[in-house]
Amino acid sequence: MEITILHYLVVAAALFSIGVVGVLTRRNVVIVLMSIELILNAVNLNLVAFSRLYGLHGQVFAIFVMTDAAAEAAVGLGILIAFFRNKETVNADEIDLLKF
Amino acid sequence: MNPVATPFFFYLLAAIAILSALGVVAARNPVHSALSLVFTLLSIAGFYLMLYAPFVAGVQIILYIGGIMVLFLFVIMLVNIERAEQEHRFNSQRHVAVIAALVVAAMFIYSYTHANSMAIFPQRGHLVFHPEQAAAMETNNTQAIGSMLYGQYMLPFEIASLLLLVAIVGAVVMSKKRI
Amino acid sequence: MISRFIDYVAGYLKSGVTPGEAGNALWALIYIVLIFTGVSIAVIAMNWLERKILAHMQVRLGPMRVGPHGLLQPIADALKLLIKEDIVPDRADKLVFWLAPVAIVITSFLVFVVIPFGPQHAVTDMNIGLLFMLGISSMSVFGIIMAGWASGSSYPLMGALRSSAQMVSYEIAMGLAVVSAVLMTSLGSSASGTLSMIGIVQSQQEQGVWFIFKFFPFGLVAFFIFAVAMVAETNRAPFDLAEAESELVAGFHTEYSGFRWSLFFLAEYAAMIAVSSIAVTLWLGGWMRPFASFHGPEVRIPLFWNHAGTAADPSGAIDLAFAIFPAALFFLLGAIAALGTLRMPKHRIFRVQTIGLGLFALTLGGIGLLLLAPPVRDRIQDIFWFCFKVSAFMYLYIWYRGTFPRYRFDQLMKLGWKFMIPTAIGVLVGTAAWGLTAVYFHG
Repeated sequence: MEITILHYLVVAAALFSIGVVGVLTRRNVVIVLMSIELILNAVNLNLVAFSRLYGLHGQVFAIFVMTDAAAEAAVGLGILIAFFRNKETVNADEIDLLKF
Repeated sequence: MNPVATPFFFYLLAAIAILSALGVVAARNPVHSALSLVFTLLSIAGFYLMLYAPFVAGVQIILYIGGIMVLFLFVIMLVNIERAEQEHRFNSQRHVAVIAALVVAAMFIYSYTHANSMAIFPQRGHLVFHPEQAAAMETNNTQAIGSMLYGQYMLPFEIASLLLLVAIVGAVVMSKKRI
Repeated sequence: MISRFIDYVAGYLKSGVTPGEAGNALWALIYIVLIFTGVSIAVIAMNWLERKILAHMQVRLGPMRVGPHGLLQPIADALKLLIKEDIVPDRADKLVFWLAPVAIVITSFLVFVVIPFGPQHAVTDMNIGLLFMLGISSMSVFGIIMAGWASGSSYPLMGALRSSAQMVSYEIAMGLAVVSAVLMTSLGSSASGTLSMIGIVQSQQEQGVWFIFKFFPFGLVAFFIFAVAMVAETNRAPFDLAEAESELVAGFHTEYSGFRWSLFFLAEYAAMIAVSSIAVTLWLGGWMRPFASFHGPEVRIPLFWNHAGTAADPSGAIDLAFAIFPAALFFLLGAIAALGTLRMPKHRIFRVQTIGLGLFALTLGGIGLLLLAPPVRDRIQDIFWFCFKVSAFMYLYIWYRGTFPRYRFDQLMKLGWKFMIPTAIGVLVGTAAWGLTAVYFHG
């Protein structure tokens, strides 16, 4: 069977849904951030798959998304380290103070 | 250069991607999560190669795997993991969350099965890739993306560089011992 | 049957494309096997050479017992490693502990897919060849982190953190230096540059200059930055503080033993060869001989040196001199080995070793003779010059290890972030400015 764009979209949708599950259910913030990376990758896969049909714009946008992911990971992990230094935990449901 | 056994590689990569994505969410140990995320990212880079986007595949490997994932592993090793293994993996809203994700998945399934009637794609013929486009797309992919980034997308490109600068400053400020 | 086989081989060698481009899976497989064997043999030879050269630098003898002048020592070492007990620590994460050496070997050998040993001697020529190489070599960090973490012990974890921090920081300087070389490829007749490894060497061929000498001193400084960064990338002395034996026992592979340890060893040396090949391809003209644009007065020797005399098939005196250089080198090596044979102690118990060394000298001389034969000589040129340049880098690695004291971690980070990266950015900007000016005034 020939591979059409629908196949790629289905894989991307599966990755997206798994990422959503990870973001909503895991307690460890590191894994929540990794699930966000999963979601961004699903989006990127969609963009590149469509760029196979409609020209290179999708690929350029995928590169912007990757830049965004890098910035997000750097800042998010920086916050995480700062938080861990103060409260000795990385669990999302223990981050419940408005003022420390 | 024509790819060989495309459906076979597609299903192989799809299986690796989805199984290791499940591993990311399900693994008890954060390091195992990170390593299975590496496998997902690698198989997605494989998808990019199959879609004739070699430059994006290379950037995916250098940036995501060589950069971001190393950062994640670093942070996991800095925060202690012995405690994390004994605790509950999932939080209290897990049942609601899984239902929400299933709703999202159902929405995807519905829209893809009704792709034609919902006018997501103009016509059925557009779903199939045209093999005759492939060679031209692959040979000057990098050059074309480069001239697009520095031509048509100049302003977003500069904004992205500003974003990275802000991220650097933010990360440095966050990880200073005394703010 | 045999003649058809020879015709097939000769026909392929004449086609002038890499197996990947031709879509020829059989030849790709042959190339992969050849490169894998070649690199493994080079690693074994490097092991002996390193011990010998370091020993002589420290006025010692080095390995002398196994074989004449310790020539068979690496084989004995390999046998010892293979039959050693394979210990998995109790606190280790079994799966990751098993995966780490596999990952690191795969990443170091995968790089060789795009290395061009000649205009057609690469497994494949990718459009993103250089990006592929940098990406794959950046993935070798994972093997190190996995090994250090999975060992479940403090020294390996510290070593892994140190070496991955070092590799990640020096990757930036390396990438910037590489970009300035890629920028130079865009100044040829074709307006756009290239990332393909073969394309980069062809661009140097066309512009008639190795990129190390182009835009002096920018090319030279970029090469210098790469040459320092690649030592740091491969965790070798003087940047080997990840495996500083006085502080961290052996770094990330402290807990590994036997076969798995030898995989790390193999990967380290393969990675050294790989980054040296990137440096050779980018700045030192790849497979080109020195002074490739000089041909000298025309020389014709019947049956030995009668080329067409065109630019593609030159027949000058300088060409002839460089064409017989490989054979001369092997004759020299053979002569050294023969001298060693004569100087062996004349005693009964050294008889076997003397005969062995004599046979080794004869083998080297035989290879030299083989390289003199016109069909072999013309086909071996590009591969020989590439390997010759890479081996010069290998010698440099040993030399560094023999001379430089080890850096401290903060000194290493300071050098990387406060000197190498700003200089690399400066070189990049300077190259771009010079290139633009050149295009503006000449084209």
